[in-house]
Amino acid sequence: MKITKEEVLYVANLARLDMDEASVDKFSDQIGKILEYVDTLNQVDTEGVNPTSHAIFLNNAFREDEEKEHLERDFSLGNAPEKEDGCFLVPKVIN
Amino acid sequence: MKLHELTIHEAHELLKKKEISSKELTQAVFDRIGEVEARVNAYITVANEAAMKQAEIADRMISQGRISPLTGIPLAIKDLMCTQGLRTSCASKILENFIPPYDATVIEKLRSQNAVIVGKTNMDEFAMGSSNENSGVKITCNPWDPTRIPGGSSGGSAAAVAADMCIASLGSDTGGSIRQPASHCGVVGMKPTYGRVSRFGLVAFASSLDQIGPLTKDVRDCAILMNAISAYDPKDSTSVPKDVPDYTTSLKNGGLRGVTIGIPKEYQGAEGIDPDVSRSIDKAVETVKSLGAECVEVSLPHSKYVVAVYYVIAPSEASSNLARYDGVRYGFRNKDADGLMEMYKSTRSSGFGPEVRRRIIIGTYCLSAGYYDAYYGKASQVRTLIMEDFRKAFESCDAILSPVAPTPAFPIGENTDDPLTMYLSDIFTLSANLAGIAGMSLPCGFSKDGLPIGLQIMGKHFNEETLLRIAYNFEQATDFHQRKPSL
Repeated sequence: MKITKEEVLYVANLARLDMDEASVDKFSDQIGKILEYVDTLNQVDTEGVNPTSHAIFLNNAFREDEEKEHLERDFSLGNAPEKEDGCFLVPKVIN
Repeated sequence: MKLHELTIHEAHELLKKKEISSKELTQAVFDRIGEVEARVNAYITVANEAAMKQAEIADRMISQGRISPLTGIPLAIKDLMCTQGLRTSCASKILENFIPPYDATVIEKLRSQNAVIVGKTNMDEFAMGSSNENSGVKITCNPWDPTRIPGGSSGGSAAAVAADMCIASLGSDTGGSIRQPASHCGVVGMKPTYGRVSRFGLVAFASSLDQIGPLTKDVRDCAILMNAISAYDPKDSTSVPKDVPDYTTSLKNGGLRGVTIGIPKEYQGAEGIDPDVSRSIDKAVETVKSLGAECVEVSLPHSKYVVAVYYVIAPSEASSNLARYDGVRYGFRNKDADGLMEMYKSTRSSGFGPEVRRRIIIGTYCLSAGYYDAYYGKASQVRTLIMEDFRKAFESCDAILSPVAPTPAFPIGENTDDPLTMYLSDIFTLSANLAGIAGMSLPCGFSKDGLPIGLQIMGKHFNEETLLRIAYNFEQATDFHQRKPSL
């Protein structure tokens, strides 16, 4: 198998996803097949080829550091699942 | 006259002459939605009240003689473009109650012309899919055959246009998500050059590939919407500061003399192409020739690696983009979780559907220590070679013709358990996103079963005008765009 169950669990943790046993089985099988297919890229000689992360040539987009209008605090908090005193509320971080 | 069947330019003429009002037009569209939505499932949210108010304002503008090409025109928006005050869910549980506090730049542009926003259309969750079956809300049906998929990910937008449940719509295209549903639903769709249209307020899937574009009933409407949405935007640092032409001036019915069309030899006789699709594309090439275009063979030698490159790069970018859904600032949160880490994990695991989780895992794996060079690095290098193929091909032609999808729309449920087979059906559309070039789909035939087939035209960076010219002449010479599904 291209990707082991342990690797799926390891990567799931990096991505902050829980996974039950059945999903691990299914995902390692499906993702394994996809990665095997991706391995066809090894047939391509890429010696000395620059990688592309962006298809259009652009210079850095600089702008002046000026104050502009921004969302009001209440507006920004409008979709917060939980909030308190004008802040986002999160569960306890340190026990 | 059935008002909901009108195109943008037809409706505009009637509005301008005051033969109809935007309120009548908008009401006709809502009546049509009421009539067929139960069979099509194109919309996640219908904005009845707000739309009627916008129509009223549009009518007031028109009565004062202030009319733009989109004033009073009812449009549908894919549910991943932020609309202030109107829910934007990405067809995902994790955003099911998200009400954007601002408009995407494209929405601002539509509003500045007083267009009417009818509602938000269904899609594969976070635009990840080619069939709409990955929607976390419902499955949109193909108006030509409700047992089949409408394509994806902009399936709701394409189906809404095909079924006259809006006058036109906006979709987004990361690997074919405008062109493939346009092809399957028999409408016109364009993916503009990367950087032509602002992505500000478009919920990000794969940032180096995503572009917003129109889905319309004909080529003229496509040009009109391109005029409305194309522009440099300081809020999107990857949008390109380049003048926008008037795309409607490309719509000249003077034939295609002087235009050279490239036919990629790698696409000929490719495995898995349906005979009805091959036949329709061959006939389309003959039509283009009869209009005066010269056809030459071109080569895209790295075509067979396109799917592999895409399914490393797109999930990698997605895994990074979707890290923001953590249940803290907006969206769904599992409030029963104990502690912060548990909250992140249970929120994301129950908020994302299976395809989104699968792609996050693939992307995270491809970017993780020890695998980055072998996967993301390698795919980015092959991406350079794919771009180089197009650069060379465009030395000997102005545009490239190909199928959009290897088959007409497939039955709902056929490929759901086999993601790789589903991915392979994107073979013809992915390369335009990887190379950042413009691509469009327009109706070029029907299968034996009466399903629409689309022709893809791809062009150089920022050469949408050539695509529109070819498409317009093709459309004038054929009648595929005039057929309607019987719902």
